[in-house]
Amino acid sequence: MKNLTLPVIQNNFNCCVPVQSAQPAYPSIRQPFVTGSLETTTGILPRVSSSLTWADRRGAMKARWGVGRMNYSLEPGLYALNNPDANSPVLVTANYKMSFDKLRQALPGRNLWILVLDTKGINVWCAAGKGTFGTQELISKIENSRLKEMVTHRKIILPQLGAPGVAAHAIKKRTGFTVYYGPIRARDVAAYLDSGYKADAKMRTMTFPLKDRAVLIPIELVEVIKPFSLLALTFLVLGGLGGPGNYWANLTNFGHFAVVALAAAVLAGAVLSPLLLPYLPGRAFSIKGFSIGIITAIFLLYLRGVNFSAWPDRIEALAWLFIIPAIASFLTMNFTGASTYTSISGVKKEMRFALPIQICAAIGGTLLWLTSRVIS
Amino acid sequence: MNNLSYLKNVVTLKLDENKCTGCGMCLEVCPHQVFKMNGRRAIIRNRDACMECGACRKNCPAEAIYVESGVGCAAAVINSLLGKNAAACCCGPQTNPEGKNSGVCY
Repeated sequence: MKNLTLPVIQNNFNCCVPVQSAQPAYPSIRQPFVTGSLETTTGILPRVSSSLTWADRRGAMKARWGVGRMNYSLEPGLYALNNPDANSPVLVTANYKMSFDKLRQALPGRNLWILVLDTKGINVWCAAGKGTFGTQELISKIENSRLKEMVTHRKIILPQLGAPGVAAHAIKKRTGFTVYYGPIRARDVAAYLDSGYKADAKMRTMTFPLKDRAVLIPIELVEVIKPFSLLALTFLVLGGLGGPGNYWANLTNFGHFAVVALAAAVLAGAVLSPLLLPYLPGRAFSIKGFSIGIITAIFLLYLRGVNFSAWPDRIEALAWLFIIPAIASFLTMNFTGASTYTSISGVKKEMRFALPIQICAAIGGTLLWLTSRVIS
Repeated sequence: MNNLSYLKNVVTLKLDENKCTGCGMCLEVCPHQVFKMNGRRAIIRNRDACMECGACRKNCPAEAIYVESGVGCAAAVINSLLGKNAAACCCGPQTNPEGKNSGVCY
């Protein structure tokens, strides 16, 4: 009996300390992915499991395509994965639902605590860069959730990619908890826990394999669909002007080809570039994109069977040799934001030379194309 | 991965080896193995691999590391050129909760 009453006394005592007088606010158990609750001395915690439901998967799929992606979040605070106790490890993550799901999915059958920081629905890496996955937020979540009363140890595990936002030594000083930086990928967390919080070099190194590049393609396409539609429509309408036949015959010939060519440029910059990234020449993304753009343009003109004896055809072909690489180069350069190894200094440097060239090539190519329409 | 290395000689990373206490924290947090231990001090092993994430600087208790950190992202640079929110980037709440690393981190 004594053993049972002791924590309660302790708890009452803590309740009377003015700084912690407020009830700890735990996340709601009425969130769709919550499978149960865990009663603790300080309140009721939502309990989750490692298996993702159909709704979780559908949410992730939608987010990949940009649907509801800006508020794909969960309530921050302390969660119980299965059935944790005072000795269970504490893992920290962001309140982007996909981050949270990836973490719990990677830990089937484990009992542990998941402390979710309020990163405004942004993943760990990006939030750490912005400082929302940060020292101050971590301190406040440790205090608000009464973590010290939940566990007897004083260790918390953070994703390594959270390190740009969190000063481990400051956490130790302010809360008494020692920060252990876990592996980069959620799938390595189980091995990390089993090895006694040791991560090998492979777990600590950020790579950018084909699979990681491929999942980014949908959102690259979604983001470019609007400017592409406007541009394609403009070229389509202008395609009917000039030319040998009547307006509609020209539109079907030159206008349609323009739409295909612009689509090919988007395909090169937003699909082929991410897929072929390591094999494209050059270090700068703009150069990689330019190369794949040139190849795409040549291939497309070969398919079109350009009549190189006529000037309008020559000029039209030349126009696409400017426009397609310019667009592909620009889109690939934008992919720096999604890559895992580009530095801001490097991006600024390549943009200083690439952006003016891309703009000139796009404008020059468009003028050439208009010329070919007018003179034919 | 051999072709996945970015521009040479651009990063702003600096390590003051005299201030270093040899705690090894920078080796732990660096996602690109930029540092290594040389006896009881850390040294820069592969400077060009640095992506200026700033994790080492933030976690160096001796304040021996300097790096101008930021997200290496063209959209962010364009936004700041256009006078839009300079801090906004592809990771920004208005634009992209994915940004770097897609789903690799947790």
